[in-house]
Amino acid sequence: MEAFLHQVFSGLATGGIYASLALALVMIYQSTNHINFAQGEMAMFSTYLAWTMIDAGMAYWWAFVLTVAISFVVGVVIERVIIRPVENAPVLSVITVFVALLVIFNSVAGWIYTYTIKTFPSPFPERSLFGNSYISSHELGSIGVTLTVLVVLYLFFRFTPLGLAMRAAAQNATSSRLSGIRVGWMLALGWGLAAAVGAVAGMLIAPVVYLDPNMMSGVLLYAFAAALVGGIDSPLGAVLGGFLVGVLENLVGAYVVGTELKLTVALVLIIGVLVFRPTGLFGKVFITRV
Amino acid sequence: MRKNRDEGRGAGGEGEGMGHDSQGSKGEEKLRAQHARVARPSSLAPRPSSLIGIAVLLALAIALPFMVSNYRVFQFNMVLVYAIVLLGLNILTGFNGQISLGHGAFYAIGAYVAAILMDHFGWPYWATLPVAGAVCFVFGFLFGLPALRLRGHYLALATFALAVAMPQLLKYKHVEQWTGGVQGIVIMKPDAPFGWKLTPDQWLYLFTLAVLVIMFALGWNLLRGRVGRAITAIRDHPMAAEAMGVNIALYKTTTFGVSALYTGVAGALGAIVVQFVAPDSFTSGLSINFLIGIVIGGVASISGAFYGALFIQFVPNFADEISKAAPWAIYGVFLLAFVYVMPTGVAGFVRLAWKRMRGGGKVKAELQRASH
Amino acid sequence: MRNQILLVAGLMVAVLCGTDALAQKKYGPGASDTEIKLGQTMPYSGPASAYGAIGKAEVAYFQMINDEGGINGRKINLISLDDAYSPPRAVEQVRKLVEEDQVLALFQNLGTPTNSAVHKYVNAKKVPHLFLATGATKWGDPENFPWTIGFQPAYQTEGQIYAKYILKNKPTAKIAVLYQNDDYGKDYLKGLKDGLGDKVSMIVAEASYEVTDPTVDSQIVTLKASGADTMFTIATPKFAAQSIRKVADIGWKPLHFVNNVASSVGAVLTPAGLDKSIGLITALYLKDPLDPKWDKDPGMMRWHAFMKKYMPEANVTDFNYVYGFGAAQLMTIVLKACGDDLSRENVMKQATNLKDVVLDVALPGVKYSSSPNDYFMVKQLQLARFDGKRWALFGDVLTK
Repeated sequence: MEAFLHQVFSGLATGGIYASLALALVMIYQSTNHINFAQGEMAMFSTYLAWTMIDAGMAYWWAFVLTVAISFVVGVVIERVIIRPVENAPVLSVITVFVALLVIFNSVAGWIYTYTIKTFPSPFPERSLFGNSYISSHELGSIGVTLTVLVVLYLFFRFTPLGLAMRAAAQNATSSRLSGIRVGWMLALGWGLAAAVGAVAGMLIAPVVYLDPNMMSGVLLYAFAAALVGGIDSPLGAVLGGFLVGVLENLVGAYVVGTELKLTVALVLIIGVLVFRPTGLFGKVFITRV
Repeated sequence: MRKNRDEGRGAGGEGEGMGHDSQGSKGEEKLRAQHARVARPSSLAPRPSSLIGIAVLLALAIALPFMVSNYRVFQFNMVLVYAIVLLGLNILTGFNGQISLGHGAFYAIGAYVAAILMDHFGWPYWATLPVAGAVCFVFGFLFGLPALRLRGHYLALATFALAVAMPQLLKYKHVEQWTGGVQGIVIMKPDAPFGWKLTPDQWLYLFTLAVLVIMFALGWNLLRGRVGRAITAIRDHPMAAEAMGVNIALYKTTTFGVSALYTGVAGALGAIVVQFVAPDSFTSGLSINFLIGIVIGGVASISGAFYGALFIQFVPNFADEISKAAPWAIYGVFLLAFVYVMPTGVAGFVRLAWKRMRGGGKVKAELQRASH
Repeated sequence: MRNQILLVAGLMVAVLCGTDALAQKKYGPGASDTEIKLGQTMPYSGPASAYGAIGKAEVAYFQMINDEGGINGRKINLISLDDAYSPPRAVEQVRKLVEEDQVLALFQNLGTPTNSAVHKYVNAKKVPHLFLATGATKWGDPENFPWTIGFQPAYQTEGQIYAKYILKNKPTAKIAVLYQNDDYGKDYLKGLKDGLGDKVSMIVAEASYEVTDPTVDSQIVTLKASGADTMFTIATPKFAAQSIRKVADIGWKPLHFVNNVASSVGAVLTPAGLDKSIGLITALYLKDPLDPKWDKDPGMMRWHAFMKKYMPEANVTDFNYVYGFGAAQLMTIVLKACGDDLSRENVMKQATNLKDVVLDVALPGVKYSSSPNDYFMVKQLQLARFDGKRWALFGDVLTK
């Protein structure tokens, strides 16, 4: 029983990692209808920025805030400069641009910072809460931050005029434009926000998996799966999806098939869920008559 | 030059027989819209001039291994292998509209079928190709069944999951005795038959070229005929296609199978050329490379397979020569440049350039239309 | 200068006449009076890119040798290419090195899958395939693959040494193993099992991870649940650090072994937490740059001087730089021994006839020897326990 609880909690902790990046994926999907494959690498690069500042002697929280701000600006700039030319291009071209961004960020990070792993500090205390051995303070704190980001995003999109405008721009560009919303800038804002959320995710993930240019390669697939299984246009769904994937993977690995195939089986289960229970995201009726 | 976002969407929506209110389908609309622009079935019809062009190219391709070093022959051999993969992937993604980020997995299956048959059962290399193709057809067809229920990003995830899972499956302990586990399988390179005075590299290149010609002839025949029209109709107007009596489920799964078949044959050839298979050869990056290949070459274009194959074979090396420090950053910049400068792929660019060279006012109109 | 020209002319005449009169000056591909070309492939990108540091150290080392005048007057030109840890790419790059660049020998190609892919090719081409940066056992097969020789102690040897230690000092141990699910992890595991012999049932739990896994937390939890009191982590630096930290975090206090590849203080133990690393045991054959014991050691002083001048930006706690330095030094020794006969045959002959070579960065007592029948150059390792600051060597230098 204790081992089982350990598995569940460790699953929740890694699930929190997936959730934080999944949130950034959902963020950008909500405002642009694309899944940004480069999101993980952008988050990684932001984390390196924070690391540089902390390494130079800056206080953690200052570095944190500054990194989020810089990431926001960089996100906006990337949308304006790199994504804009393919705004109306077919989805495959956009994916290619994302892949290009991914390899550029990865390669430049490796060039500047080398591939040796670095430690990234955690703002949370070293000792675990109440002396429990199930979950560390950092993991608990990360989940807390992720949930906070979730609530902030929810409030932003629900109750602020800007949030409303962004949602409108994503859902019906023509009408939005007619009612005076600058759709192009809303997209750029979406990119900025996603980059900022990604930066937070990166800074939460790095203390756990260590900072190196490839740190997101493993996380991205899980975040992708989490976002889809939870509902790609629902931030809450993405977070729940993250926890679900994390726990599911651990239990499958520990009790069902062993660690060798745990990823495979977890993915099969997720796709199984999607096949038999499409989340109602498709407005279209499936045609499966034979 | 640049159109507004909403107008682009509107263009994507036109020709849709039904309204889509979900967000997920908007990307697909765009996908279809571009396909409609790039590949009309008419562009697949044979013209005398293009037949001559093909003959000249083929002659050049046959002469190539006798003009360059063996190492270059090896590289061009890989180009041919990739071209077969890209044609297969294009049949599925370009012509039929089903995105796959997992074709590296079928490539791996084909490679392993060839390696196992040669290593464990002593089969000659050429005999492994049909088996690799058949096995991959079955796998592709089966994978096409759940894929029927998935679309857009969900299909991308499912196929990508396949690509990620494949290396792990290959080293799973219960198949290890066949796949060689993490150690992989080393294969012998075949010599030229009939005492021909060819190096193994030259012979294998010519052999691959022959297979490629057959595969492309079959593919071209398939796509320009009734079947091809049905496949593209499913992509562009699924409802209309069904109304015309096209069995969508059967067509989609079969297309998946055929696409996997092409990839599997290429995988077998690739294994023989490289003389080695191991789980590390078939990472998820390979699948992404294939997708990049069809986008750079030209979506829903047969000739695009060659341009895409040249890109994924040579541009990484070229980038490596420009910058030792961050070669993949250079590679990424090349990718961006290609997508910006040739939005319809190299094949689309070549087609337009060709038409422009011939001059005429109507070309101008077409150019404008295509640059949207 | 004039003499040299005359000598070359003389040599050419000799070669043209087909006599062996001037046999002492013989050149294979890639070698000349002024240059020796070597080639290697390294994972500068891809999943194993942390090891790219080895290649960088080696390129810098030969730069140093060249600045000092080269080897017997010849400059070393090491062409170091990226293979992204992908076997097909390694085949392509190695063919480029051998067929286009015409290198004299391949040196320190990294990775088991990448080297496996070119194993047959280089032996068919009779290109020296020297000092591979991998510890798989198959690199010591002179009968079938006479042109291929490894550099580091075989993973299996190291695994056996741990087994020996456990059998002697903790015969009732219940062992849990975390290993990377590839040839590297499995080779170590095999060594451990072979070493335990009929006591193999001492291993009560095994768990593997993939390099694509974000963390190994779940595996550690599973292993702890098995009730084991001894833990063996076979991992690459990042996952070893995660393993050490998680073991401490969940309050498990096993006797913990980490393999040599994951023993770097800078790249593994510091990220994991030095206090959490106390009590770890590993086997070493190179000197630890952090150990003050070597402060006055002439070999390590040379290493530090090299790092300061040629790699001023690099992190000196990273073991990979020590490793690369050692391998490059061994290569230099072999090339020096070749004298003026720089044919591929002679390079291979010198590389397989080493006798008790001592490297600047190798532990005292660790000597490199090879013979045409025995390609395993190093069989000695010494166990070390981490005391919170550095690895403290204990016991004798062990052989399997």
